[in-house]
Order: sequence, then structure tokens, then C-alpha cells
Amino acid sequence: MFDSLSDRLGGILDKLKRRGALTEADVGEAMREVRRALIEADVALDVVRSFTDKVRQRAVGVEVIKSVTPGQMVVKIVHDVLVETLGSDADPIDLNAPAPVPILMVGLQGSGKTTTTAKIAKRLTERGNRRVLMASLDTRRPAAMEQLATLGTQVEVNTLPIVPGQSAVQIAKRAMDAARFGNYDVVILDTAGRVTLDEALMAEVAEVKAITNPHEVLLVADSLTGQDAVNTAKAFDSRVSITGIVLTRADGDGRGGAALSMRAVTGKPIKLLGTGEKMDGLEDFDPQRVAGRILGM
Amino acid sequence: VTKRKLDAETLEELEDLLIRADLGTATAARIVEAVGKGRHDKMIAPDEVKGLIASEVEEILGPVAKPFVPDAGQKPFVVLMVGVNGSGKTTTIGKLAAQWRSEGKRLTLAAGDTFRAAAIEQLKVWGARTGAHVVAREQGADAAGVAHDAITEARANGSDIVMIDTAGRLQNRTELMDELEKVVRVVKKLEPTAPHAVLLVLDATVGQNALNQVEVFARTAGVTGLVMTKLDGTARGGILVAIAQKYRLPIHLVGVGEGAEDLQPFSARDFSRAIAGLD
Ligand SMILES: Nc1nc2c(ncn2[C@@H]2O[C@H](COP(=O)(O)OP(=O)(O)OP(=O)(O)O)[C@@H](O)[C@H]2O)c(=O)[nH]1
Ligand SMILES: Nc1nc2c(ncn2[C@@H]2O[C@H](COP(=O)(O)OP(=O)(O)OP(=O)(O)O)[C@@H](O)[C@H]2O)c(=O)[nH]1
Ligand SMILES: [K+]
Ligand SMILES: [Mg+2]
Ligand SMILES: [Mg+2]
Repeated sequence: MFDSLSDRLGGILDKLKRRGALTEADVGEAMREVRRALIEADVALDVVRSFTDKVRQRAVGVEVIKSVTPGQMVVKIVHDVLVETLGSDADPIDLNAPAPVPILMVGLQGSGKTTTTAKIAKRLTERGNRRVLMASLDTRRPAAMEQLATLGTQVEVNTLPIVPGQSAVQIAKRAMDAARFGNYDVVILDTAGRVTLDEALMAEVAEVKAITNPHEVLLVADSLTGQDAVNTAKAFDSRVSITGIVLTRADGDGRGGAALSMRAVTGKPIKLLGTGEKMDGLEDFDPQRVAGRILGM
Repeated sequence: VTKRKLDAETLEELEDLLIRADLGTATAARIVEAVGKGRHDKMIAPDEVKGLIASEVEEILGPVAKPFVPDAGQKPFVVLMVGVNGSGKTTTIGKLAAQWRSEGKRLTLAAGDTFRAAAIEQLKVWGARTGAHVVAREQGADAAGVAHDAITEARANGSDIVMIDTAGRLQNRTELMDELEKVVRVVKKLEPTAPHAVLLVLDATVGQNALNQVEVFARTAGVTGLVMTKLDGTARGGILVAIAQKYRLPIHLVGVGEGAEDLQPFSARDFSRAIAGLD
């Protein structure tokens, strides 16, 4: 079982029972524990490294206050740097563009794009009072379009009529036209899942982006993802320059290090958390909560 | 090729390689220790080191690599597919159906995911593609009831194999795990030896949480073997090594794409070499 970082660092640092400032040596040993804790939470290795460097710099020389143990002191610094890195403010979906505002959903297979599309549509309709159109550009997965249509009925948001035989690019054009003619405020484009090594499909999503000029490009990723989070985030960002990240399955008991990995390598904000299969399972990103989860606190 | 000293720094780099493949810190350390044993400060070529890593990994995976062969003595042979959301359960059923149909077997598929939008339609598409009979009720119906119907129909239509699809569920969602337990219970009531196989489907991108997935699904549904999907992407799926060490469950199959033919038997050798960065 995982011991929380506090216990581990407590064990290392507090036995020193020192007063005064943390030395390089104290902090060095503590950083090895921090490193292990972060890897066990699925934070990507390279991100772990730059993160512990930052923490080390901040921790060395810090005065240990009388009432606080060195272990607690370091945990607090780790937590603070974590929250800063994750992004301190909630960053909502930006609709500040001429209507219809296109939002493009991208990600690996099964990450939660279609479900999240419908959740966002519901939220924008109910809370933002926007007219939303959803379109499935997924010509590959069996019954993908029916899935979005069914969800559309559930959340009472219109979906683009299904026309068999069209390519993703053709559907994207049709969706933009329909949104314009239908006076929609927002059009959400759900795409097929793709592995980033699939050159043909990566080119397809780049073409969809070029044609629709989306105001938001959201990478939908599974919060249970391991070390691959950096590859995925980098690949989608370099191909379609994402504007934000949605982490799904935050209702799981994963430690969610992927959040830190993806945020750190792209610099793009995590905007939302998926917290269930149901249509109301969508929450604003809260760095405090995610930081606590990563640290097992 | 320049040889390098197998010193502490080189070993640390090897450990990093394994961590990047999701083996986790403990398993990575154990493997690197085995590689370093008796070889400290020896001169060694880079590919040779990777070969050593691969054989250490293969030693762990070899004993659990087992082909997935339905027992012809059980008719119908009942397979239950379980796992977290989006891992590839339904697609794996479709791929297995394609394989077994091409071997001339009669199949019945149970649309036991009555929750997710268009999950039933998705399975029906696979049924039509492969010529497998699909048993479904309406969305929202009791999953255990669908499984019950499918086994009853399979007996009547002379099916060799029944595959039961289930809704994805996170293992910490107790109410959903209870529902899965009920599916197993209902199947057993109808046929005490069934389900004859319970396959847990893991996504190769998953990190350390997969250990928990195995633990809880095994306890709830009596998992008999593992499938790892999406190995056609950049993820290496190294958590399987930690799982093999801890649970020793058979690993049967890997998914390498979305098509019917993109399913392969699990090869400990190929998998280990990919982990070590060979080929
Ligand atoms: N528990 C949980 N399940 C989720 C969440 N978001 C999506 N899901 C489930 O994850 C599975 C996959 O979701 P989809 O929306 O179909 O994923 P996708 O990315 O569109 O998949 P493809 O189109 O096949 O690439 C479904 O079972 C969803 O119900 C979430 O936040 N929590
Ligand atoms: N690249 C790749 N994609 C796969 C593989 N197996 C499944 N997929 C894709 O992953 C997505 C999810 O697969 P599903 O079979 O629907 O997964 P599931 O576990 O049934 O999902 P839920 O029923 O929603 O929990 C689909 O887009 C599949 O095409 C694989 O081996 N490689
Ligand atoms: K995943
Ligand atoms: Mg989808
Ligand atoms: Mg399914």
C-alpha cells in the first residue's frame, strides 16, 4: 500500500529533529521519496525530474518554523509547487468568438470524447443558455454517430443529421454550414479516437481543424493514463495545438499524475474533469483537489 | 558499437527506461537489480543490455502467456468480458467473434451493456460483420437478464460459444461492481460451471491503477485471464509485468488496432523486447 508522502518524508526528515534551515543534504534525500511518490502516482518521469528540481530549489534554505516539522514543511512546498504547476485558477471554456463558435474534441480511442461532448453541450445549454449543435465526425467506430445522437436526445441538444458515406472533413463542413444557417451559438465537433502513430488519422484531424478553425481544441484524456500521457499530449498539441485538456474518469481511484504530466509538457490548462458516465458528471478543474490526490493526501 | 560500463549510472538509465514503460518503481528496480547482478562494471554493448532486460522481463511473463482456447467440451463455452470504461471490451468481443466464426464456430453474443448510449448497436454491428447471433433487450434493461436470455438462446440454437459484453465500470464504484457480481451469479444459476472464462480487458495506456483493477475485478467476477488492447499506440503497457508478478493471471491476447483482424496471441518474447526498446 502507498504511504502518503507526509508519512514518508516525516520518517526521513523528522528524525533529524533539526531546528533552523533545511540543508541541501536533507532536501536531497527527501527528493528521492518525492520522486518515487510521483512516479507511483503516474507522473511522467521527465516531468518528475523538473518538478523535483523546482521543489529542491525552493526547499533548500527554508527556515523550519518551531511548531512545524521539516517533513511537513517539505510536503507543503511540494503541494504548493504542484498546485502552481497544475494551474491556479479554474479556466472555463472560452466562447468569446463570432458565432457559431466551433469546439473540436480530440483524443485517443475510448478516452471519453463522445460522452464529454454531450456533457459540455448540456452544460453550455443549461448554464450558459447557448444554442448548441453537436456533430459526430467519427466514421470509424461502430455506432459512434448513433451514440452521440442518443446522448443528444438525452440532454436535449440537437445533433447534425447522419449522412452515411461522408468523410470526417465533409461532415465538418456540413456541421459548420448547418450551425451558421441554424443560428447556433456553439458547434461541438466530436472526432474518432486515434493513436498518435496513425499518420493518416492525425492528418485528417489537422485538416478538420484547418477547415473549421475551432476556438477551442480540447484534448480528452483518461486520468488513469500512465507514462504515455506525455507522448499523447505532445503529439496532439504539436499537430492541432490544443487549447485545453479534459481529464475523464476522475471518479476512479487513480492518483491522476497524468494531469501534471499533460499540463507540464503542453503548458495548456486542464479545463474540466469528467466524474462519471452520466451527463451531469462534469466538474471544473480544481488544482487543490488534484494535487491532494496525486500526493495521496 | 561502443561498449559501456555497466555502472550505477547505466543501471539508473535502464531503470528509467522501465519506468517510462509503466512497470512502476518496484518492478523496475527488481529487474534492474537482476540485470546488474554479477555484472557490475563489466563492459557491455547497448543492445546486449537491452537483451538482458528483455530476458528478465520475459522470465516473468513467459509463465503467464497462455493462448486463449475455448474448451470444446463445454457447449456453449461462456465468456464474460469485463473492465473499466472504454478499455476495448466490445471491440475485443468483435475480434474474437471474427476469429471463431472463421473457424466455423457458432456464436451468440449478449448485449449486456444496457447502460451506455448505443452500446447495443455497437455490438450488433459486430454481430452483423461476423455473422454472430446477438441477443439484446432494450437500453436500461437488467444486464443479468440479458446474459440469462443469451445462454438460453445459445443452448437452443446450438452455439459453441457465448460472449457476454458488459458495461464499463470503474472498480471503485461499488454499486456497479455489485451489478457485475449479479451477472456472474445469474449465469452460474443457469450453468454452474459458467462463466468458463472471465476476461479482464486492460488498455495499454493505463498506469499503476491497473493493479487495482485486476485486484477488484478478480475478486468480484473471478477473472480467469487478461487481454491488453491498444498496443498499436505509443504506450508499452508495462504494468502487465507488475501484474504478472503479483497476480500470476494468464495473459491471453493483445489488441493492435480497431479492425476485426487486429487481435493477436500474447507473446511474452515480443512484449518483453518492445518494453526493452528492441525492434
Ligand atoms: N466513469 C467514467 N466513465 C466515463 C467518463 N467519461 C466517459 N466515460 C465512459 O468511458 C467510455 C468511453 O467513452 P466515449 O465517450 O465513448 O469515449 P470516446 O473517446 O468517444 O471513444 P471513441 O470514440 O471510441 O474513441 C464510456 O463507457 C463512457 O461512459 C468519466 O468521466 N467517468
Ligand atoms: N487503436 C486501438 N483501438 C482499439 C483497440 N481495441 C479497441 N479500440 C478502440 O477503443 C475504443 C473503445 O473500444 P470499445 O470496445 O468500445 O471499449 P469498451 O471497453 O467496450 O467501452 P465501454 O463499453 O464504453 O466501456 C473504440 O474506439 C475501439 O475502436 C486496439 O487494440 N487498438
Ligand atoms: K484509456
Ligand atoms: Mg467517440
Ligand atoms: Mg463496450
